Amino acid sequence: MSGILFWIRKWVEGELLAIPGRLIAIFFFLLLFLVPLFTKNAYFLDTLTLAALFAIYAASWDVLAGFTGQINLGHAAFFGVAAYTVALLNIHFGLMPWLTIPIGGMSAVIIGFIVGLPALRLRGIYLSLVTLGFPIILSGVIVFFAGLTGGEFGLSGIDHLSESKVVDYYIVFVVMFVSLFLMYKFTDAESKVIRVGVILHAIREDEITARKSGINTTKYKLLAFGMSGFFAGIAGSLYAHTIRNAGPSTLELLFSFQAILWTIFGGMATIYGPVTGVFILYPLIEFLRIYEMGEYVRFILMALMLIVILLFMPEGLTIWVRDKIEVKCPRCKLTNIIIKQSCRACGAPLHLNKHLN
Amino acid sequence: MIKMIIINGFVLGGMYAILAIGFSLVFGVGRILNMAHTSFYMLTAFLIYFATSNLGNPPVFLWLLLSVLIVGVLGMGFYRLLFDRVKEHETATLIIGIGLSILIQEVLLLKFGGHYKGIKPFVPGFVAIAGVSITYHQLLAVVSAAATLVGVWLLLKKTKIGIALRAVSQDREIANLIGINVGRICMITFGISAALAGIAGVVIAPIFMLHPFMWVNPLIITLAAIILGGMGSIKGGVIAAFILAFVETTVVFLSPEASFLRGAISLTIMIIVLLVRPQGLFGIVFEEELL
Repeated sequence: MSGILFWIRKWVEGELLAIPGRLIAIFFFLLLFLVPLFTKNAYFLDTLTLAALFAIYAASWDVLAGFTGQINLGHAAFFGVAAYTVALLNIHFGLMPWLTIPIGGMSAVIIGFIVGLPALRLRGIYLSLVTLGFPIILSGVIVFFAGLTGGEFGLSGIDHLSESKVVDYYIVFVVMFVSLFLMYKFTDAESKVIRVGVILHAIREDEITARKSGINTTKYKLLAFGMSGFFAGIAGSLYAHTIRNAGPSTLELLFSFQAILWTIFGGMATIYGPVTGVFILYPLIEFLRIYEMGEYVRFILMALMLIVILLFMPEGLTIWVRDKIEVKCPRCKLTNIIIKQSCRACGAPLHLNKHLN
Repeated sequence: MIKMIIINGFVLGGMYAILAIGFSLVFGVGRILNMAHTSFYMLTAFLIYFATSNLGNPPVFLWLLLSVLIVGVLGMGFYRLLFDRVKEHETATLIIGIGLSILIQEVLLLKFGGHYKGIKPFVPGFVAIAGVSITYHQLLAVVSAAATLVGVWLLLKKTKIGIALRAVSQDREIANLIGINVGRICMITFGISAALAGIAGVVIAPIFMLHPFMWVNPLIITLAAIILGGMGSIKGGVIAAFILAFVETTVVFLSPEASFLRGAISLTIMIIVLLVRPQGLFGIVFEEELL
């Protein structure tokens, strides 16, 4: 018994607490978990719930654009299709949320494959232009079939996730935690178990070389589209149940661009970057609504922020912070806290450059 | 019916052709996909609206010229401030262009509000040709579109700056070596392109309604036209613009309720063209850009 405790303690001290990034992540999730204990303000909880599901949405864009290099300018297509699927199933067939959400996710996977098909022939800006087209085509279709989809006003009257806001919050929180964990593990290039991550990185860096090294890039690109679509679809389904409405705003150009803004602000190809971006920017912009002027200015602010970030901080916030607090061991590539002089696993000196200077 | 389609097709086609030329000039010379292109068009239209509604009774044609100039200079400014810094990175250019469009859209929304606005015609009246009444403005739109196309052609073929511009679009390095200031040519091209978008805005402002989201549809159709005609091919862009304009007017005339699908149809054409013939009708294949 004490042996097990010893190993757990060693693991916690040696792995979990040794890296500040992990510490911050644990602290962040703990804080989110405890929020409903301190406040039951409906508006506050709603904002956090939406932020949590937008975090899934932004991270799913990161899987596709950051890790695989397929810049998708129409990511709202996945989100919107899932939201509409959930709305139709829930309103016309009365399906419960635990059933509609996976189906919504799967519908987004199908859209992901359809959008992914052009990706097999195109790349770079050409692919971006095609992906830009899909949500615009879909919103045209939605207005055209106004009888089924509610046209401009969308479908409302969808069931709540649960009876109370607090339970809603916890459901979305748990789904977010699991989705982010899965996405992080699937795209982790240093993982010894799941090899998908390193292959996606290879496709981003040089697709032709990746193919020549025997990687079936077609399969993996479609996998990335499907995976990204699935998680965006989960986010869209949760959104439809939270806001109880699925309207054309879920397919807007601006909405696709919010995912990009959040991810670029937080840092691309990290998964924790988009999450940071969402949890900083979304509440900030949402609370601007309290002031009368804020309602009009917030999109101006958003666009300005996007431009400024692209010009002056193209790396993103989390990467900038990460380089300040963490350092990679030059020998075994293990992450260490920056104040350590030697690697915690292999003992190699960490700050070689200092000695050289 | 068919006559109406032809007339509207020519009006729309002229506008799209001017937009497409400006767009492909910038793409050819600077390798920039300028997603804010149609925002310049919208900006000009709103400048004219501002002048006609707020400044009493300004000398109309002077103001038209002035607003095109303003937009051209603004375009150069945006190029220096934004696009020049990120143009090495294609995706960043794309995103910054859309960011700029959204910025302009929201500023206009804040200033003018979201409702539809019309500009009263500068030259009221119409003529009847073959039993169809055409307003002077539609006639003017077609004529000025044709004049602009000829003007751009002359600029590219006969003037020194046009030759420099074509040289840069053919080979940047060599153009630089023989003493062309590539950075300045890019900036001037951007200004010309913005001014062309401005001309499209001037032409269309009295015919269409103005609202802060009017940049989306022309942008989609310009993109579709550029891809259908072939990236970097000006002739292809013009022909594709007219094809798409006629498709659009035919669709709208045949079933008015399908007008929501205008953008969708153009985009579907674009996607099919990209998949079947990625180089477009007149384009050249760049090996490194295809897979």
